[in-house]
Amino acid sequence: MPIPAHHPVDILRFNTCGSVDDGKSTLIGRLLYDSKNLMEDQIEALERSADITGGGQINLANLTDGLRAEREQGITIDVAYRYFATPKRKFIVADTPGHVQYTRNMVTGASTANLSIVLVDARQGVIEQSRRHTCIASLLRIPHLVIAINKMDLVGWSEERFIEIRDQFEEFLPRLDMKDVKFAPISALNGDNVVEPSPKTPWYTGPTLLGHLESVHIGSDWNLNGFRLPVQWVNRPNNPTDARLHDFRGFSGQIAGGIVKVGQKVMVLPGGNISRVKEIWTYDGPVTEAFCPQSITLVLDEDIDVSRGDMIIGPDNLPGASSDLHAKVCWMHPRPLQCGRRYLLKHTTQTVQAVVTAIEDRINVSTFEPEPDAPDLALNDIGEIRLKTSKPLIFDGYATNRLTGSFILIEQGTHATVAAGMLFPPTEAVKPEYTDFSI
Amino acid sequence: MNSYHLDHLQYLETEAIHVMREVAAEFERPALLFSGGKDSICMLRLAEKAFRPADIPMPFLNIETGHEFPELIEFRDRRAKELGAKLIVRTVDDAIARGLATASASETSRNRLQIPVLLGAIEEFRFDCCIGGARRDEEKARAKERFFSFRDGFGQWDPKNQRPEIWNLYNARLSPGENMRVFPLSNWTEMDVWEYIRREKLSVPSIYFSHERECFRRGGQWLPIPPPHSENGHPDPYAGARPKPNEKRANLIVRVRTIADMISTGMIESRADSVDDIVAEIAAARVTERGTRADDKSSEAAMEDRKKAGYF
Ligand SMILES: Nc1nc2c(ncn2[C@@H]2O[C@H](COP(=O)(O)OP(=O)(O)O)[C@@H](O)[C@H]2O)c(=O)[nH]1
Repeated sequence: MPIPAHHPVDILRFNTCGSVDDGKSTLIGRLLYDSKNLMEDQIEALERSADITGGGQINLANLTDGLRAEREQGITIDVAYRYFATPKRKFIVADTPGHVQYTRNMVTGASTANLSIVLVDARQGVIEQSRRHTCIASLLRIPHLVIAINKMDLVGWSEERFIEIRDQFEEFLPRLDMKDVKFAPISALNGDNVVEPSPKTPWYTGPTLLGHLESVHIGSDWNLNGFRLPVQWVNRPNNPTDARLHDFRGFSGQIAGGIVKVGQKVMVLPGGNISRVKEIWTYDGPVTEAFCPQSITLVLDEDIDVSRGDMIIGPDNLPGASSDLHAKVCWMHPRPLQCGRRYLLKHTTQTVQAVVTAIEDRINVSTFEPEPDAPDLALNDIGEIRLKTSKPLIFDGYATNRLTGSFILIEQGTHATVAAGMLFPPTEAVKPEYTDFSI
Repeated sequence: MNSYHLDHLQYLETEAIHVMREVAAEFERPALLFSGGKDSICMLRLAEKAFRPADIPMPFLNIETGHEFPELIEFRDRRAKELGAKLIVRTVDDAIARGLATASASETSRNRLQIPVLLGAIEEFRFDCCIGGARRDEEKARAKERFFSFRDGFGQWDPKNQRPEIWNLYNARLSPGENMRVFPLSNWTEMDVWEYIRREKLSVPSIYFSHERECFRRGGQWLPIPPPHSENGHPDPYAGARPKPNEKRANLIVRVRTIADMISTGMIESRADSVDDIVAEIAAARVTERGTRADDKSSEAAMEDRKKAGYF
């Protein structure tokens, strides 16, 4: 048998959002179906459920509405992940539901996405949900956004209507700092401009939705400036049979930013010790350099004290170090956030105690206006807060680095994850005690 | 494209290694579920990549239904030994003998019976976390599960009450008696698994490759004929899983695509006898791998129900 000539070269992660019935599930079903990623038994299962629930009509949405509870209620209640591939790329899709009360699921599904698709019903145009989802995508700094104007078949494929809706978006987009926004007129139900270009939209010259997903440039979505290695695990072999490993002490972790090279200077924070990289150890043999987001094990020249939660950094683009934090948070729990409450805060590989010292404002995600004097932040609220932690964090602003600029809050006692936090840039960078660190 | 770029397998690999190291760092008594199947074979390589040159800092655990393919058991034992790992095996038969599980006469599959055995092993060794090889692309209920899947004191998964999982920040906190199941391969597809096996030159049990085997037809599938019952005074463990006189038998060239145990694994007719062949076969496949499993066919919600009750 021949080996397939093309191997997918990389992975694009995207999520779909829109309010209920905008056609998210139908769209994902359509992408899977038209790109020939559906299997016979899946189609069979669809047909089986069509007989029971759909009066004989296949419902592409049933592909993603997975859980029994959801099928009974006819809504998507949580984030579902789908996988498909074309010869050009592999895709990880987070199907995130549209109910107002499920904003937390969208944050969950979108936090790791390279791209978000916001679906709009062409008949309705921009509604509060569209603004909310676009706002969240911008807060989470999703690098690429596609506004898919769906159900174009129900508005007679009108270019005028398409432009009208695009203008509605363009009225508020400048306030949101989104760099790459595309608009596409589609019909998820019939498949127009999803995988194949539609003859009904001669006025639309852009790519099909899948064409865009396959070609959008995501190479620069990882941060390659400023080396950051949050130490996850200290690697110290017990009774190794190989004598060379007797003194092996490696610092394992996933690089959260930048590039590291053998021989370069590094500093371990918060301690401030300086050393050089002796070896970059990997199972497949030593390498001379490594980059974000590779998982590696660093061996240093000096025997210095390093443990989980420490951050090993390079001499450029120094991070901040502070226990006074300023952040935007999305609140994800029915018990509201209150000033003065204590939480556990997990940032990179360390978990510290944190107390909320101030709620600065709550963002109205429909108007994007900050509302001061918020007494608390309730489920699905987004707001700006200040925190004090029991130990300084080594961090970057979320806008520069999603991995070292983000945290979660965990409620003590229940251990529920109650918030996703995005840090503002540090007011000052760490000051190395030894001035020669930058050399 | 610059040289600082990961292809899809490298991306999935670094994500999985990160997850495994989080487990080693955050839990006191983790275990790694190792069956000898293709997914857990990938997990072992990932564990080597995460923890070498040190030892893999957790024992391997396998729950046997008692209906395993002998090739799988042999492979499992050999790999554990090669890696110098401690392998813990607990069996459904043992649990039945000790009254922890009760077989029902109407049900030949022992999938459900693995649940109390797994929960018993967790209690016996006070495991706070079990790493499993499940993938989200396998099945609808799995598609909604987190990397870190929280289980309550009864081992139950509550799909409506999952912890949000944001960025790569996993909340590993537990109260006494609670438990975590962690799935480093969550984002892998069947194709990724085989491409990884190919890239890493991993060996897999022989039953994944085509071989001649006597099978019988049931429920639209070719099922393997169980080994003969040794008259040792015990009841036949394969009762109900043997061909009935009216069921068609045939000698076929087959292989397995996904392995449960002998009772639940449909054989597919295939001539694929190398990893390259298998990759090509999957690329051309028209049914999902779970389409070859008898245990999920029974109802659309079969997996969801088992997971809620504490299944892997
Ligand atoms: N006419 C038309 N109907 C659509 C289109 N896309 C989705 N629908 C219908 O809109 C309804 C809601 O779709 P669904 O995918 O379940 O929406 P979700 O709640 O966003 O997942 C279903 O009845 C779909 O058949 C479209 O492009 N045109």
